[in-house]
Amino acid sequence: MHTTSRLVSWSCIATVAALAIAGEVLIAAAMRQIGDLDDIRAKSGLPGAIRTVLTNPTFIIGGTCMALNFFAMLFTLSLVDLSLAAPGIASFNYVGNAIAARLFLHENVDRRRWFAVLFVAAGVYLLAR
Amino acid sequence: MKHRLAPSQYAVLLAVVLTASFGDALLSRGMAQVGPADIHHLGLLLHALANPNIIVGIFLLIGFFACYMTALSWADLTFVMPATAFGNVVIALISRFMLHEHLTLSRWFGILLLTSAVGFVANTPARTDLSNPAPGTEDPGVAI
Repeated sequence: MHTTSRLVSWSCIATVAALAIAGEVLIAAAMRQIGDLDDIRAKSGLPGAIRTVLTNPTFIIGGTCMALNFFAMLFTLSLVDLSLAAPGIASFNYVGNAIAARLFLHENVDRRRWFAVLFVAAGVYLLAR
Repeated sequence: MKHRLAPSQYAVLLAVVLTASFGDALLSRGMAQVGPADIHHLGLLLHALANPNIIVGIFLLIGFFACYMTALSWADLTFVMPATAFGNVVIALISRFMLHEHLTLSRWFGILLLTSAVGFVANTPARTDLSNPAPGTEDPGVAI
């Protein structure tokens, strides 16, 4: 672990965070396309709601990104210390999610939400290190 | 644009927080009982599936994913994110008051920051969409 260069370590961390951001934004986009799951469950029951989610192409791509994120995380933890990887990935993840939500999901990320994102990133960093 | 959540929707957000934190805690406790797994001892992972803590932990994490997706179907990602992050606070408080572990000053400060973040987001609309704003509710937000 001590022989891993900073460039390799931060490249691994950035890759894991990028896959997590892509997965979460795609899953959020899929849930927007599908609509309120409570309404769907009321109409079609739980099996109908599960079928609606699992047959959505955006959800499938997002889920694939999350699966790749899991294996990239395992690979990263074999090279990088957990004390660096966990807070680093979490912090990148929250800030990256907010930027991606603004750009791709067109969410209204106002000043309060930006403060919340920065506080979450810093808070998770302090708790995880 | 939805400004207020129904009590059942707050219950879903609470379930997101609790299932994630207790699920992770149970998996961690279960893996500590099973012992370290590596590429040469993958059979140990199958053995881990018989551990009650891991079984309950997996069910809780399945519940977390279901609640998380339900929340994303009526709320923004940037609204749900602080709720998922608040699970870290729950884990820290469990470790302090139930497991009697020591929390450093920086961790208490991290808890304060996460709690403040939830407070910032709690009074904002759950769902916003700049490409399709409701009449009279346009807010330019902060450009990046």
